[in-house]
Amino acid sequence: MSVLVGNNTRLVIQGITGTEGTFHGQQMIEYGTNVVAGVTPGKGGQEALNVPVFNSVQEAVEKQSANTSVIFVPPKFAAGAMMESIDANLDLIICITEGIPASDMVKVNHALENKKTRLVGPNCPGVITPGQAKIGIMPGFIHTPGNIGIMSRSGTLTYEAVHQIGAHGLGQSTVIGIGGDPIIGTTFIDMLELFATDEGTEGVVMIGEIGGTAEEEAAQWVMDNNFSKPIVSFIAGQTAPPGRRMGHAGAIIAGGKGTAVEKMVELNKAGITVVESPADIGQAMVSEIKK
Amino acid sequence: MKIHEYQAKEIFRNYAVRVPQGKPAFSVKEALQAYDEMGSETVVVKAQIHAGGRGKGGGIKLAHNRNDVESLSSQILGMNLVTHQTGPEGKQVQRLLIETGIDIEKEFYAGIVLDRKEKKFVFMVSTEGGVEIEKVAEKSPEKIIKEWIHPEDGLTTNQAKKLGDALGLKGSQLDSGIEIFTALWKAFSSLDCSLMEINPLVLTKNDEVIALDAKINFDGNGLFRHPELSDLRDESEEDSAEAEASSYNLNYIKLDGNVGCMVNGAGLAMGTMDIIKLKGGEPANFLDVGGVANPETVANGFKIILSDPNVQSILINIFGGIVRCDRVAQGVINAMETISVNVPVVIRLEGTNAKEASILLEQSPLNFILANSLSDAAEKAVAATNGGV
Repeated sequence: MSVLVGNNTRLVIQGITGTEGTFHGQQMIEYGTNVVAGVTPGKGGQEALNVPVFNSVQEAVEKQSANTSVIFVPPKFAAGAMMESIDANLDLIICITEGIPASDMVKVNHALENKKTRLVGPNCPGVITPGQAKIGIMPGFIHTPGNIGIMSRSGTLTYEAVHQIGAHGLGQSTVIGIGGDPIIGTTFIDMLELFATDEGTEGVVMIGEIGGTAEEEAAQWVMDNNFSKPIVSFIAGQTAPPGRRMGHAGAIIAGGKGTAVEKMVELNKAGITVVESPADIGQAMVSEIKK
Repeated sequence: MKIHEYQAKEIFRNYAVRVPQGKPAFSVKEALQAYDEMGSETVVVKAQIHAGGRGKGGGIKLAHNRNDVESLSSQILGMNLVTHQTGPEGKQVQRLLIETGIDIEKEFYAGIVLDRKEKKFVFMVSTEGGVEIEKVAEKSPEKIIKEWIHPEDGLTTNQAKKLGDALGLKGSQLDSGIEIFTALWKAFSSLDCSLMEINPLVLTKNDEVIALDAKINFDGNGLFRHPELSDLRDESEEDSAEAEASSYNLNYIKLDGNVGCMVNGAGLAMGTMDIIKLKGGEPANFLDVGGVANPETVANGFKIILSDPNVQSILINIFGGIVRCDRVAQGVINAMETISVNVPVVIRLEGTNAKEASILLEQSPLNFILANSLSDAAEKAVAATNGGV
C-alpha cells in the first residue's frame, strides 16, 4: 500500500528540458517511476528522456493521460506552472522549486480551493513510495519498502531519518517532504489523514522545525481524532536563535513564537514520542512498533 | 531583507502614505542642514538601525531648537544602541532621521504580515499603539483586530473601514484612516513585502492619520521582481562573515559556541547544531552548504567558519543524495591542502558513495577524525574542543 504516488502514477515533468528536470527525470525513470511526458513551452513536438514533450500540461493529459506533475521550473515561472496543472485538473502536483515569492503561493493556494488537485511543496525534496515511484530529488537507493510513513519539512534530515529507519530493519510506506516554505500545499495534518487510513502504514515519523505552528496544529489534530498509530517526532532548531531565518524561508522564530520547545511540549501532550536528538529517530520508532 | 525607517518612509511617500516631513543625515553637519531646510522649530532626532525599541534605548530624542539638534545628533551618532531586539551587544548608530514634531492625539498600531495557517496576508490594527505589539498579543489578544486579505480582491474599502472603526475613527478621521490603510496595502502588495509595521500610527490634532514610524521587510524570494530595492540594502547592518558567506551562496549564521559545523541542507544543519548541544558542546554556527559540496564550496565554508576565533573544532556532516560523498571527501582534502585549518576536523559522510569517501579520507596524509554516525560525530567534535574530555 502507499499514499499519493505509486504504480498508478502517470507523471509529467514540467521543465523536463532544463538541467534539473533532465537530471532528476533520468533518475526517476531509472528508479521505475512511470514518466509519461514532459512539458516545456515552445518545445512541443520534441522528445526528451524518450517521452514526448508538449507545450502545455493540458496536452500531456489529453495525449498521455498524465495524472501527476513534478515541477522543476525556476521560481519566476513556478506559480504559473502550478496554475497550469491546477487548470488541467491533475490529481497531484509536486513542486520542487525553491525561492517562490510568498505572494505567489497565496494565489496558488487560492486557486487550489474547491479543486480536486493536491499540491505538495514547494521547496521540497518530493514524495517516494519505495519500490514503486520516486518523484523528486531524493536518493532512491537509501529507501526500502516497509510500513513506516515519514513526513518532514526538511530534505537531508529526512534522508537521515530514512537511513536510520532502514538501519533498524524497518522500511518506509511513503516518504514525503512537505516543504520548508511558510506557505505550502499539503500539511502534516493532510498527511496524518492519509496515513490514518493507509493499511500499509503502521507508524509515522514527523520531522518538524522552528517557525509557524504546523506541528502544534498536527498535535491538536492527533488528539481530536484519536490517531491510533505511533508517531515519533523530532523538531530541528532547538538551538536556533530567535529572529533569524535558518536556511528555509519558513524556519524562523518570529515575535517569540515558533520555538522548538513550544512545539515539543504540544507534541508530548498529544502522546507523541518526541526525541531530542536527531540520532534517536530510528531507535525510538523501533521501540514504538514493538510495544 | 530589512531596510531603515527613513527608507521605508520614502517608499510610503511614493505610495501616498502620509508621513511626517523628514530627512536622513549621516553626520551632525547633515543633521543641521536638514533642520535648517525643514523650517520646523521642534524636530525629532531618530537613530536609524535595523531594530525596534529605539526610543526606550535612548535612540529617539526631541530637539526643541538648533542647539538641541547639534548636541543630540553628536550624542546619538556613533552611540552603541542596545534595545530588546539588538541583543546585549547592541548596534552602532551610523545614520539619523531628522523629522518634524507632530501633535499627537492618539497612538495606534498597524501591521501587515503573512498568516501561515490561513495562507493569506492579514492586516492588523490595535488601539494599543507605541508599545511592544508582541506583549499586547500575549496579554490582550482581543485588542488586535484582524482583516484577512483576499488573494484576488486585495484589501477592500469595506475592510479598510472596519479597521478604522475598530480604532474609533470618525468622520474625516475615518476617511483619512481608510486612505492610509488602502495605500499601505498597495505598497505592501506591489513590492512583495513580507512584513510592514507602523508603530505608532497616529491620529494628529488635525484629525489626520499618519505613519509616525515605518518598518518594512521584503520577501527575499520576491526581490527578483524589484531589482531597484537592492540599493536599499545596508551591509553595515549585517554580520560581515554572514555577508561574505552569502556572496559565496552559502547560508551562514554566526552563533556563540565553539564547535563549527558544515552541513548540507538546512534541516540537517539545525539538527547537527542541536545534537552538538545535547552532547555537551555549543554550536559556533549554522552553515548550509547546499546541494553542491564541491572543493570550492567546502574551501569557502572553511574560510567562513575559521573567521570566527571562537571555533575550536569543526564537524562536517554530509548526507550524500545527489551529491556524491567521495566528491565531497575530495573537496575537503583539496580545501585543506590549500588553506590552513588549524583546528581538529571531524567528518561524517553518509549516503551515496560513503565507502569510497572513507577510503579516500583514510588514505590522505591529512589529519581527520572520522565518525560513523551522527551521534558519534557530535561526540567526537565536542571532545576535540579545548574544553572537551
